[in-house]
Amino acid sequence: MNSERQYIELYGQTKQFIDNGSHALINAHRQQALEQLEAQGLPTSKNERYKYIDVAEAFAPDYGLNLRRMKMEADPGAAYRCSVPNLDSVLYYVFNDKVVAKDGNTLDTDRLFVGSLVDFAANRPEEFNKYYNKFVGDGLVALNTLLAQDGVVVWIGDGYKCEKTIQILNLTLGNVAMMTNRRVLIVVGKGAEASLLVCDHSLTKESHLVSEVAEIVVAEDAVLHLCSIEETGETNKMFRSTNIVQHCRSKLSYTDVTLNNGLTRHTLDLHLAGEKAEACVSGLVVGGGTQHADSDLLISHEACCCKSDVLYKSVLDGSSTGAFAGKVYVAPGAQKSESQETNSNLCVSPNAHAYTRPMLEIYADDVKCNHGSTVGRLDESALFYMAQRGVDPTEGRRLLQQAFACEVIERIELPSLRTRLHQMIEERFRRGSGACGDCVLCASK
Amino acid sequence: MLEVRNLYASVEGKEILRGVDLTVKAGEVHALMGPNGSGKSTLSNVLVGNPLYTVTGGEVFFNGKDLLAMPAEDRSHEGLFMSFQTPVEIPGVSMNNFMRAAINAKRKYLGQPPINGADFLKMVKEKRALVELDAGLTRRGVNEGFSGGEKKRNEIFQMAMLEPTLTILDETDSGLDVDALRIVADGFNKLRTPQTAAICITHYQRMLDYIKPDIVHVMMNGRIVKTGGPDLAYRIEEEGFDWLKEETLRENKI
Repeated sequence: MNSERQYIELYGQTKQFIDNGSHALINAHRQQALEQLEAQGLPTSKNERYKYIDVAEAFAPDYGLNLRRMKMEADPGAAYRCSVPNLDSVLYYVFNDKVVAKDGNTLDTDRLFVGSLVDFAANRPEEFNKYYNKFVGDGLVALNTLLAQDGVVVWIGDGYKCEKTIQILNLTLGNVAMMTNRRVLIVVGKGAEASLLVCDHSLTKESHLVSEVAEIVVAEDAVLHLCSIEETGETNKMFRSTNIVQHCRSKLSYTDVTLNNGLTRHTLDLHLAGEKAEACVSGLVVGGGTQHADSDLLISHEACCCKSDVLYKSVLDGSSTGAFAGKVYVAPGAQKSESQETNSNLCVSPNAHAYTRPMLEIYADDVKCNHGSTVGRLDESALFYMAQRGVDPTEGRRLLQQAFACEVIERIELPSLRTRLHQMIEERFRRGSGACGDCVLCASK
Repeated sequence: MLEVRNLYASVEGKEILRGVDLTVKAGEVHALMGPNGSGKSTLSNVLVGNPLYTVTGGEVFFNGKDLLAMPAEDRSHEGLFMSFQTPVEIPGVSMNNFMRAAINAKRKYLGQPPINGADFLKMVKEKRALVELDAGLTRRGVNEGFSGGEKKRNEIFQMAMLEPTLTILDETDSGLDVDALRIVADGFNKLRTPQTAAICITHYQRMLDYIKPDIVHVMMNGRIVKTGGPDLAYRIEEEGFDWLKEETLRENKI
């Protein structure tokens, strides 16, 4: 199925609107993306990285695109409260692909930019050109480059240590089936430090397809804590492609949590490009109903003495599906590489499916690399032990699932965020899938 | 307190209990002895409602209530406790959280409000001292990485927290050195009252030196074949079970 055809045709018919609603520096990349997409098409299951997800099917429906940049009418603060108590943060609201509002004290300094991609291109064209569209991705990335008109930028200048957590709240909305092409750029300059919390939430019951491409650069000696939480709904489809480049001695902690979703695909390529760079990458999927979450990681050790530590876990109930593939690649010459990769899955329902493929590909001889994966069920003997002490099986199951999931949360460095996530996960297991309890949409259910 | 009448049970289709009769009154400690495979552990697992065991006949009343009709958690709320032969490790669920969930579940069952945080911690501290359990252990996952002795002490700690009326000690002495056995037994003895009772399953007299039984039963082939006073345990320690096998064969009890 050539579901990319409709997008290529759409681009041909609406090129003018797309360009007008964006910025010349962004538009400059479209032609090349078009050629790549025409040549490659969208990834199919013949591509090893897309074995457990049908991209063509997800992109086949006739979605509406807001190419004329109609203003989305909603009051962000009233629609959604996403608060992390005791977290000193500045909150940015994003409607589909556009930064619309800010909550909290100003962070403005000439060494920091948080805002829309169009503004970034206009205000800092040199920086934009240094970082935008700098990696060769697959057809999904090309499609995003072809159609993306705006997005979010977090740019931290050299040496700037941002004390407040920057919180990005992505809200999808629209009263018809829609597609959003969002582009994200995160740059942490030399020696700079930043903490980012990105929350994805849906304010619509209509189906919504989000295609997001994020380019992240962590420069020499920089530190980035990035935590991304998805709490959308069953009508939400999310395709994320993230490309991270880490330079010498940089440190990254990355946590990806999916608590509620429809279909989520995340392709994460992490390049440890400079010596002694370190990355701690974690993922958690709590699945229920027909939720589908698919993570495909490439951790590429390209310089000496880098460390990577990957832990992905999933708890799958109902007839949900979790797929994990993670390849740790050690390039020739990347000696003294250290990597640990673990994927553990708990299928708590007989209809849940977990696919796991940890992989190692090593071209250096002085390295320390481990990988492993498990798929298991709830421990019946533990459930009986708990029941003997008076804890009924429903509560026992919740305790076991929560304990399994929380290992991932314990790796988050911000204490207030850790506490909040523990609460969110507890709530998630108490109420089951399909409602978050935090937004207007769910509160009205 | 406990009334077991003509109880039959099987595990994986194999009949293990073949007509057990047993009466336990408040204030009593019963010892249950018998060769391997005679059905001692099956009896205790059936009493606490382990789903791996199937009751095929008979009745059990606990304080007048039909025990076999209750799910395991309600049996616990009603005051039944079993110290496991092999306590289960539950990584990631802290002892404190687990005990709080257990106590609050019982309070809910009894129509009481949840315990407040300060009272709970005070209680933990108090009961921990009873079995000399380190504070660090109650913050760890349930039995996670505990030594054999720590696991058994942890069972008695949980017993102290839940204040059951009938406790089954299922080979609590197995895997314990003399010092650990003394601590566990002392802890148990301190919790004894005229209102509580216990069934102590053991292979060895050693355990019964610490936990003095009022009545000793011997199980064979899924039935209680002999009941006597504390002397019976000594005789078994010295002579084994062979004389009993012959005796029961003679009396056609098997």
